Formats: sequence, C-alpha cells, structure tokens
Amino acid sequence: MDAKKRDRGLLRIDQDECKGCGLCIEACPPKVIALSAELNHYGYRTATYAGAGCTGCGICFMACPEPGAITVLRAVSHPAAMAAREGAAHA
Amino acid sequence: MCSDTALDYEVAQGRAQSFYARFERKDELQHQTHYCPGCGHGIANKMLARAIDELGIQDRTILVGPVGCSVFTYYYFDVGNIQAAHGRAPAVATAVKRSRPEAVVISYQGDGDLSAIGSAEILHAANRGENITVIFVNNAIYSMTGGQAAPTTLLGQKSTTTPGGRAADTEGYPLHMSELLATLEAPVYIERVGLGDNKQTAQAGRAIRRALENQVRGLGFSLVEVLAPCPTIWKMSPVDAQHWVRDVMEKTFPLGVMRDRTGEAMPKPAAPPSPALEEIPRILGVADEDLPQGNAHAVEGSREVDLEVRIAGFGGQGVLLLGEVLAEAGLDAGLEVSWLPSYGPEMRSGTSNCHVRLASGSIDSPLVSAPGILVAMNEPSLRKFDRSVRPGGWVIYNGSEFPADCARADVRVLALPFTEVAHQLGDARASNMIMLGALLEMTAVLPEASVGAALRRLVKNPRWIELDERALARGRALFREAYVEVGA
Ligand SMILES: Cc1ncc(C[n+]2csc(CCOP(=O)(O)OP(=O)(O)O)c2C)c(N)n1
Ligand code: SF4
Ligand code: SF4
Ligand code: SF4
Repeated sequence: MDAKKRDRGLLRIDQDECKGCGLCIEACPPKVIALSAELNHYGYRTATYAGAGCTGCGICFMACPEPGAITVLRAVSHPAAMAAREGAAHA
Repeated sequence: MCSDTALDYEVAQGRAQSFYARFERKDELQHQTHYCPGCGHGIANKMLARAIDELGIQDRTILVGPVGCSVFTYYYFDVGNIQAAHGRAPAVATAVKRSRPEAVVISYQGDGDLSAIGSAEILHAANRGENITVIFVNNAIYSMTGGQAAPTTLLGQKSTTTPGGRAADTEGYPLHMSELLATLEAPVYIERVGLGDNKQTAQAGRAIRRALENQVRGLGFSLVEVLAPCPTIWKMSPVDAQHWVRDVMEKTFPLGVMRDRTGEAMPKPAAPPSPALEEIPRILGVADEDLPQGNAHAVEGSREVDLEVRIAGFGGQGVLLLGEVLAEAGLDAGLEVSWLPSYGPEMRSGTSNCHVRLASGSIDSPLVSAPGILVAMNEPSLRKFDRSVRPGGWVIYNGSEFPADCARADVRVLALPFTEVAHQLGDARASNMIMLGALLEMTAVLPEASVGAALRRLVKNPRWIELDERALARGRALFREAYVEVGA
C-alpha cells in the first residue's frame, strides 16, 4: 500500500535458460544481481536477483544474450496505468 | 478494481514475440539457443527480434541466415526463413526482396561470411542500393570452424591460421567493410556499433531498429556492423570479452555512423513485378510458331533414354550448333535435356566442345565426362577425348582414316570424310549436320519431326534449312550404309 517502499522494478530469471555468463551482473547499475552458489540442471551457476533494489531500468535485459532468461517488470501504481495495462494486448 | 491497493508489476522487457516459444532444434534443450554463454550473436538476435516486434512486421519479415555460428537463425526467429550458402545472403535477400517487395528482408551475416567468401555479394548488393537490411556481426574471427583468421582479424590477433598473431606483411590489414561500403553512392545508412558496454549496447539496439525502419519506409540499403564478443574462440570470460570489444576492438574499428542519407532519401518504388511466364516469349520477340510444342513429337513407346554426347572440333565447324539442334530436338520430344558449351577464349579458330545430355529421367549434371558418343570433328579433338569414351560407346570421326593409335577394341567407330561429303552437297560447313544425321540414325531415339522442328527454330535462313535437311538425310544414309545395310 505504501508505494514509496515498493521497488520500481522486479527481476525474474529463468533458471533453465540462463547460462551464467554474468553479463547481466556486470550491466546492472545498482548491482542487485549475483551468481547462484548452486548449479542448475545443466551445470551452470545462474543469475539470481538479490530480491530488492531493482529500478526496472531494463539494462540487464539487453545485456543478456538469451531470448527469455531475463524478464524485467515495472511497478504499475496508479489507476491510469492500470487501465492502460488492462488495455495492452499482451501484457 | 483500480484502487491503490492494486499496486502491481507489469512486464517491461521480456522475450520477444518474434522468437519461437520453443526451438525445435533438438529433442532436448528446446528452451535454449545453441550459442555459448556470453555470445554476441545472442544479443544481436535479441535486438533484431525486438525491433521486428516494435515495428509490427513479424508477419512480413524474411530473414536470410548465413553460414557461421548464427546458421540456426531459422530455429529461433518466428518469421519467414531462408538459410543461404556461405556469403551469399545478400544475393538471396536481393532475389527475395525483388520478388516480394512487401516483405521486410534481412541479411544476417558474420564477418567471415560477409567480408571473406561473401565480399562480392555484399559489395554489389550495397552498390545496387537494394532495399534490404544487413546485420553484420563482426567478431574478428571464423568462430564456427574453430578460430581461423578472418579479413577482420586484428593486427597481432592470434588465430589458428595466424598462430604468431596477424601480421600486415603476410596477412594484410583488417578489412573495414563499413568504411569501404560507405564509399559507394547507393547505401542510405551504415553504422558501426559495439556490444562493449551498456552505452554501446543501447546504441546498437537503436541502430538495428533504424536499419529495419529504413527498409519499411522504402529508403534503400542499410547495414549495421555490430562488434560482438566471441568469448569461446577468444578464450576469455564473457565479461572480459565484452570489455575487449570496447577497449581493443574499437581501436581498429571505430564506432559511428559512416553514412546517413535517410533524411534526404526518397522512398524507392518497389521493383516492377516480374512478367508472367507466358509473357516472356513476347517480350523476347519469339514468334508463336517458334515456341516449343511441348511433347508434340514425344518419343514413342516407353523407352528409357539416357544419352551422353560430347561434340568437339574447331571453332567455326558448327560444334555448338550441332549440340543445340540435338538438345532442342530432345526438348521437342519431351525429354529432359542439357547443353553445356565449353570453349576457349578465342572467338575464332580455337577449339570448342560441348556436352549434351538427353534423358527420360531428370539430369543430375550437365557435364559429360564419359560420353557414350563422341563426335570428333577433327583429329586434335579425337586425340583429346577418345580415351574418355565409355566402353561400348561410339566415335563419329570426321576423316576417312581413323588414326590407328586411337583405335580401341571396346569402342565402335564411324570414320568418314564428312567435310568432303558436305562440300559435294553444296557447302563444306554442313558437315556438322551430316554427322548429326549419322548420330540420330545410330541412336534411333528422336522422331524426325522433332529434329525438323528444332532445326527450324535454330536456323533462320531458308537456304540453310534446306541444305541442313539434306545433310541430315545424307548422314542417316551414310550410317545405314556403313552399319545396317552392310551389317557390322
Ligand atoms: C562454401 C563454404 N566454405 C567454407 C565453409 C566453412 N565455414 C563454415 S563457417 C565459416 C566461417 C564463419 O565465420 P563468420 O562468418 O565470421 O561467422 P562466426 O562463426 O564467427 O559467427 C566457414 C569458413 C562452408 N560452410 N561453406
Ligand atoms: S532492471 Fe536494471 S536495476 Fe533491475 S536488475 Fe536489471 S539492470 Fe538491475
Ligand atoms: S546475462 Fe543472461 S545468461 Fe548471462 S547470467 Fe545473466 S541471465 Fe544468465
Ligand atoms: S563460438 Fe563464439 S560466435 Fe560461436 S556461438 Fe560461441 S561465442 Fe558465439
């Protein structure tokens, strides 16, 4: 309810698609991504979001070579934006 | 429902629609590309997919993929896909764009593909100002084949073919394709971008989108060169490879716009549609009666035909015409045919020869390296080809004396002074048709009506048609006299 406390952005990483190259970690301005300690199914350490601090800038998305390893979400906080979102075809 | 408690997140950046949801390349790993971790192709692919999404052109995009590490673009992009032979993507893209002007056609190429084997194709496509978009991913090496030097390899850069580092004295200098192409008049937009850091990457995304947009607006040829990391072949971590693009590669290949005429360029009209097939004879001025009549005189019965003929002589002896009449008659008779001339650079008096095949099935190659019949119009030609004749085959030789050292037990020979016979008929130059007459009688495959139709299609002068018809008849008679009536 208190918008100020919410992060503007949110990061989702597909653990099966990430190849652990680390480019997103290098790219992220607030440095909120790190490599996991555990290996995934394919033997890669994968990118993991720190859980807080993402600004939703989207820079990590374009730094990542994988089509869908990263999804960046942005906060929608007011009715107008919500309405726009409802209207968007493939949100 | 839109109360402030509904504070929520929406996707700002996610998988592009222009990528398939799953990649059908293997049973497993259908959710992953084949690129190595940190590969620049992955990033370039992603920028391209996003630009296609943003411009709303997915349904009319045709992507021409290269040979190289990015050969599998067709597994990833949910658009029309073609994969071209090494270096040929701009030529393929030209054909696609011209025949489908409404399509947005992209040639995606690596630096080996574009600047080495395909240097001619890109140069001429750019020079013609084809309204296509070229994405040129330069990682300064042949990656897919394991790291051989490319024309773009940096001075001092080690590769499997420059183990001591590229040296200008022996391997020349790195080829600056974008600068070279920017010396041409036609291109409207050429920019070199890099994937060396966040700023560069953002600019790369914008440039790729612009290059596509130019095509949508019909402006003409656009190319974006992307300096891209190849961590695997460079033997670096993905992050180090990224920095190497910015800190080292960019020194040799400065980033920037090499050409931008998008401001003044006017949308080019699409190439006019190709004429319908039926209209081509009229455009070429071919009269109706000269058109092939299809199977008008189809070969009788269901005999399997597979005739391989080599005809050789001096230029001016009518070698090529002999082959043409034979092939044309085969066509008239509904056979598959090929006619392949082969001659030296001399316009006159050089040797010339041609390969002719007639077959009831499809023809794999027009080359006749082991002929069933050799037509040798002089002695040098006989000597050149007599060993190549297939056992059981024939030699038709222009000369009354067959050279003893050319005789073979496994080859039959019809040796006659055809030039003299032609002279008696009225013109020594008709010797080729006498020899053809003998060949036709010997093979007994083609109906006479087909031969007559072919002759009238290829020979325009009525005096010559009349002479050639007599020559053909004479040739048939000569063969019968020698082999059938006397008995061989
Ligand atoms: C006609 C032909 N010649 C050579 C090859 C071998 N070959 C495959 S990929 C390649 C070089 C690719 O280099 P580049 O275009 O830089 O692409 P990269 O793999 O670096 O992305 C070569 C020479 C081929 N497949 N076909
Ligand atoms: S969106 Fe921006 S802030 Fe958020 S993780 Fe990615 S790079 Fe970092
Ligand atoms: S850039 Fe992509 S593949 Fe590389 S570590 Fe980050 S999420 Fe994984
Ligand atoms: S070898 Fe280099 S160019 Fe090829 S997929 Fe791997 S990183 Fe990419």
